[in-house]
Amino acid sequence: MSVILKTEKLRVEYASRESRSGTKVALNGLDLEVRAGEVFGYLGPNGAGKTTTMNVLLGFVHATGGEARLFGVDVREPIARQRIGYLPELTYYYKFLTAEELLRFYARIFGIPRGEADRRIDSLLKLVELEHARSRPIKTYSKGMQQRVGLAQALINNPDLLILDEPTSGLDPLGRMKVREIIQRLKSEGKTVFFSSHELGEAESVCDRVAIICQGELKAVGKVSDLVAQYQCDLEKLFLKLIGYQPQGVS
Amino acid sequence: MNNVLAISGIVIKELYRRKDFYVLFVLTALITLLLGSVSFFNDAKIARYLKEVCLLLIWISSLVIAISTTARQIPAERENRTIFPLLAKPVTRGQFIMGKFLGCWLACGVALVVFYLFFGVVSESRGRGDSSAAGLSATAAATDASSKTDEHDHAAAGSEHHNEHETPETTGQRSVVLNYVQALWLHWMMLGVVTAMVLLGSVVLSAPSVSITISFIGIIGILLLGEHLNKVALRQPQPLQAIIYTGYFLIPHLEWFDIRDRVIYDQPAIAFGDCGLATLYAIVYTGLFLFLTWFVFRRKTLTL
Ligand SMILES: Nc1ncnc2c1ncn2[C@@H]1O[C@H](COP(=O)(O)OP(=O)(O)OP(=O)(O)O)[C@@H](O)[C@H]1O
Ligand SMILES: [Mg+2]
Repeated sequence: MSVILKTEKLRVEYASRESRSGTKVALNGLDLEVRAGEVFGYLGPNGAGKTTTMNVLLGFVHATGGEARLFGVDVREPIARQRIGYLPELTYYYKFLTAEELLRFYARIFGIPRGEADRRIDSLLKLVELEHARSRPIKTYSKGMQQRVGLAQALINNPDLLILDEPTSGLDPLGRMKVREIIQRLKSEGKTVFFSSHELGEAESVCDRVAIICQGELKAVGKVSDLVAQYQCDLEKLFLKLIGYQPQGVS
Repeated sequence: MNNVLAISGIVIKELYRRKDFYVLFVLTALITLLLGSVSFFNDAKIARYLKEVCLLLIWISSLVIAISTTARQIPAERENRTIFPLLAKPVTRGQFIMGKFLGCWLACGVALVVFYLFFGVVSESRGRGDSSAAGLSATAAATDASSKTDEHDHAAAGSEHHNEHETPETTGQRSVVLNYVQALWLHWMMLGVVTAMVLLGSVVLSAPSVSITISFIGIIGILLLGEHLNKVALRQPQPLQAIIYTGYFLIPHLEWFDIRDRVIYDQPAIAFGDCGLATLYAIVYTGLFLFLTWFVFRRKTLTL
């Protein structure tokens, strides 16, 4: 299976006034490989460096060291982003546009012809169940609706790789289930999904493989079943163990 | 180019959805009122004075519009996080900057056309009524204008006098329209430089309030003092003199684009060659500022 997302010894330092060295290491020598066609869960506690990894992949942050590639192309090249869809951690879009206008704008950026764009916009709005609100400005949407607009815009170019930063955060149980269904459907269409999450149960149910990172370092990677067998505990215990949490009352 | 146009389209859409264009209506109403009062006074001097006030108003408000909309663009994209889904698409940062520039500059152009059209139509239809009754025909107005032009020309010694073979009517009429068109064009070119400068300011200084203030001071400073800087330099002691002189040669001389007097006093139009040179000058500075903006923004870390 071909590798479509790869980082090698990726290191990111942010300028920081708090630490004495003046920098904060957000990623420290991260090696990651995501293969074509898999759903890959990216897990880690708050501040572990999940969003930072995605920011490097999308070119928002430049790596201090190491390299990152998408489809074999260095992430600093804009063309590396032609075949990906991205859902940011907190979704905010041009509030004065309607969902339809927003999708049309992004379709234009990808150079999708008008007729094709119309077809895709219709089917995506149906997929995320926003047809009824398609010509209302986004500022009138609820949080969950905005998250769904975000999902629709991530899919506008029919991407081969999806990078989703906490796609289910802020959604109700029904909304979460629908997102999981969409992820599964994308997988069945042969797409690759790389997503971060705090929901271990969710990761367990949809992911082919997971990675657990903590303080910018990779702690474990593999199939959930393999990891569970290897450490002989369930995913939650494993997660807590890997991030260095000691249950109280145990010496 | 497609990406640039798409981004500039969003800039313009935001401006009219946010109802910022209402400023135009308020201002044009003010111009109409001011110039409308001319017919009460029936005096050429007052008419001229009111025209001067209107043009000053147009200049100030065009600068306010250009600076406040441009300075907001990139910081707002970052603050609202709308920049993330956009730059996650195959858009380069250069295209992003060009799109923002083009959107703001085109919006300024639209505003200017509205201003000048209103100003031109209202002042030409009413302001010239000083010697004749209201509702006079366009040709009569133009003849009136041309005679004034000629007087002024003879009075001002050494002013260039082209179109000598043409009849006074055609010269005057064409010259009046040409004056407006040239004033509009040069004004717009100047706003291109201003927009690019402010864009640069907005990526260097991340707080919009700071970049707006500094842009205003800088641009007003250039407009008022720019042309005198060389004379100021001569009166300074050596190290300072060299610094001010360098400044004089480096700053974009926005005041050169100000040909309001020609409109107010109906002076003959500028030669097309000079107009072209001024345009070229504006393009060079606009390009320079856009390049610097891109250079600063190119490797900026985009996180909150
Ligand atoms: N712009 C920045 N400047 C300085 N430090 C930053 C910046 N952005 C992130 N960090 C730091 O880098 C570390 C990793 O942050 P990151 O946002 O990648 O975490 P995360 O895994 O996405 O966390 P969460 O689950 O809360 O979203 C954190 O310690 C954070 O404080
Ligand atoms: Mg995060």
